[in-house]
Amino acid sequence: MKMAALRTLLRVPASARPGEVMEVRLLMQHPMETGFRPDAGGRTVPRNILRRIEARFEGELVFAADLFPAITANPYIAFPLRATRSGTLTVTIEGDNGLAERETAVITVA
Amino acid sequence: MTRTRRGWLAAGSAGVAVVLLQPWAARAEISPALQAAIDHFTSGAPVQTGRVTLAVDAVVENGNTVPVSVSVQSPMTAEQHVRSIAIFTELNPQPEVAVFHLGPASGRAQVSTRMRMAKSQNVIAMAKMNDGSVWQHRVAVSVALAACLEGE
Repeated sequence: MKMAALRTLLRVPASARPGEVMEVRLLMQHPMETGFRPDAGGRTVPRNILRRIEARFEGELVFAADLFPAITANPYIAFPLRATRSGTLTVTIEGDNGLAERETAVITVA
Repeated sequence: MTRTRRGWLAAGSAGVAVVLLQPWAARAEISPALQAAIDHFTSGAPVQTGRVTLAVDAVVENGNTVPVSVSVQSPMTAEQHVRSIAIFTELNPQPEVAVFHLGPASGRAQVSTRMRMAKSQNVIAMAKMNDGSVWQHRVAVSVALAACLEGE
């Protein structure tokens, strides 16, 4: 069975003034299975989490996060980014079981 | 000094109340795993208190989703900025919650997320500056319904 693609919401303000600090919000639909929980049969459910998030603006790394099992299911992360010029924000998400996803958002600075 | 029976009862119940109200958070629970995680984050730098603000409710109903926000006093310039922000817990099965990496491009040192808490405990936010110094803020959080991290 092919795993469904990770549903991701990447939100940036519609536009920003130069120098303004924006809040970038990222919401991912994922169970974040901790690896500490037993199933009904008493066996531990294998860990399945998102581990690493990287955000690049026009290729430059501007934010990264290492996540651990204590992050909730459907992880939500908000981080700041100073608007300098218009461009594309690319977020890459890596997780257990070979999960690798990419999401982009266009930032308009005027 | 003589006491009436009522006096003894009052004194006794006051004593019980003191024991019950003894904040569990007064004890620092630095497990070897937590110490190792902190050492890994700080690279051996001494941990100072201040500059970091961990915003989290002191009493939360649902340990499965606890909103947390960490902000750090820093101009976030190329010369002076926060390099990383970490969140640790004292009593979850694994001490690390998340480590965020920031820089001058961030413009502001503030991150928010939602975390799980297996029981009432201290949550620790630490920030590592570009000069290598490490700052922290520790907050005691009471959880009514714990996250099912251990299948309770």
